[in-house]
Amino acid sequence: MIDKIKHLQNKCDFCGTCVAVCPHDAIELAEASLQILFNRCTLCANCIHVCPTRALEMTDENSL
Amino acid sequence: MKTHYDIVVVGGGPAGSTAARYAAEQGASVVLLEKDREIGVPVRCAEGVGEKGLSALIAIQPQWIAQRITGAVLHAPSGAAVQLHTDEFGYVLHRKIFDYDLAQMAAGAGVEVYTKAYVQGLVTEADEVAGVVVEHMGVRQAISARLVIAADGVESRVGRWAGLDTRCSMRDIETCAQVTIGNYEGDASVCHFFFSSELLPGGYGWIFPKGNGMANVGLGISGDKAHSGSPHERLQIFLRQVVDRPAILTRVYGSVPCAVTLKKIVRKGLMLVGDAAHQANPLTGGGIVTGMAAAEIAGRVAAAAITEHDVSAERLQEYARLWGEGGGAKMNQFYRLKKFAFTLSDDTLNGLAKATLDLSPEKRTMTNIFKAALINKPSLILDAIKLFT
Repeated sequence: MIDKIKHLQNKCDFCGTCVAVCPHDAIELAEASLQILFNRCTLCANCIHVCPTRALEMTDENSL
Repeated sequence: MKTHYDIVVVGGGPAGSTAARYAAEQGASVVLLEKDREIGVPVRCAEGVGEKGLSALIAIQPQWIAQRITGAVLHAPSGAAVQLHTDEFGYVLHRKIFDYDLAQMAAGAGVEVYTKAYVQGLVTEADEVAGVVVEHMGVRQAISARLVIAADGVESRVGRWAGLDTRCSMRDIETCAQVTIGNYEGDASVCHFFFSSELLPGGYGWIFPKGNGMANVGLGISGDKAHSGSPHERLQIFLRQVVDRPAILTRVYGSVPCAVTLKKIVRKGLMLVGDAAHQANPLTGGGIVTGMAAAEIAGRVAAAAITEHDVSAERLQEYARLWGEGGGAKMNQFYRLKKFAFTLSDDTLNGLAKATLDLSPEKRTMTNIFKAALINKPSLILDAIKLFT
């Protein structure tokens, strides 16, 4: 499956703010890894807007 | 790591360590699982606590204290600064040392502590919580337990896996950015709070001095206002306003659920504590004291439930009830004040600052500020008086 939300590893602080607001439990976070489960994600963009560092973004084909 | 314990605690912050310690002291076998490699690191916290709240919970140790705080200054959008009159004092903590010591106290009570222990899911039996699946140093294993205590923070997923809704609304999450600087020249005994609906919508900026020229400088804004500028971007602007050429030694990002406590914080075999249960103070975002207070209750109730062989939702509800009657009720009052305070316009805030500065210094109290602000909201004045006096 093509990733529809891009995770920018080098901007991410792995703080979990995106996980807290995800309505569909579609983000897996470990100590220093983050994975979006696209079978659950509805592209609501909560995670993108709330991220303190803008480490998540829509890929071009889904741009906001 | 064994394959069975009475209680599994997920998360090694202050709430997790406190719940684990109280449960173990009552005789339960307890394991504490922390996903990061080290307890207390990274510190995702401004590290401020009130002396009254913390000392009611634990004997405060000198090594935890970075700086004793005796004053607070509120900064209006206009730049007007109001030095609050208060008899209370507080501390800026060394959270790293504090969290370490709390985990060590838990270990001293018999809790087994594991770091780099990432909980991936729940073990369920007949649809009820019966343990966790943990990945530790490349080994994935199931741990069965009679009770799971989820202290897994704002990003909590354990509750969700068990059908408890731990999501935070975009309005009620405060998304934050903070730096620790090494060249702070202000008075180390005074905390500063900054308000601006444009730069700091639905939240505030802060300077919490840590002594020796160090200070936590940061901000939090409401999640539903973050699309127009991220906390990181806003912090660059804020830093230019409040510190001259900051020497940035640490940078951290994170968030606080500034909401009312979740409606359901227990189910059969499961309890939520701390940020995972949305127990932080919604007005200030402070969650150390509230999380530990709730965790103490949770730990005691958990151990009693184990002894009585009854981990039903009805039995565990005692924890939710005790929290709801004490700290929880207070947090609901703080939430009502937050909803009001964070919608005030800059003009209103500037007017309040001006009116407060017209009072004699000993009358510049939180109660009087809220009394003036709430002139058209008498129903909230009682909340303010109860909370600040």
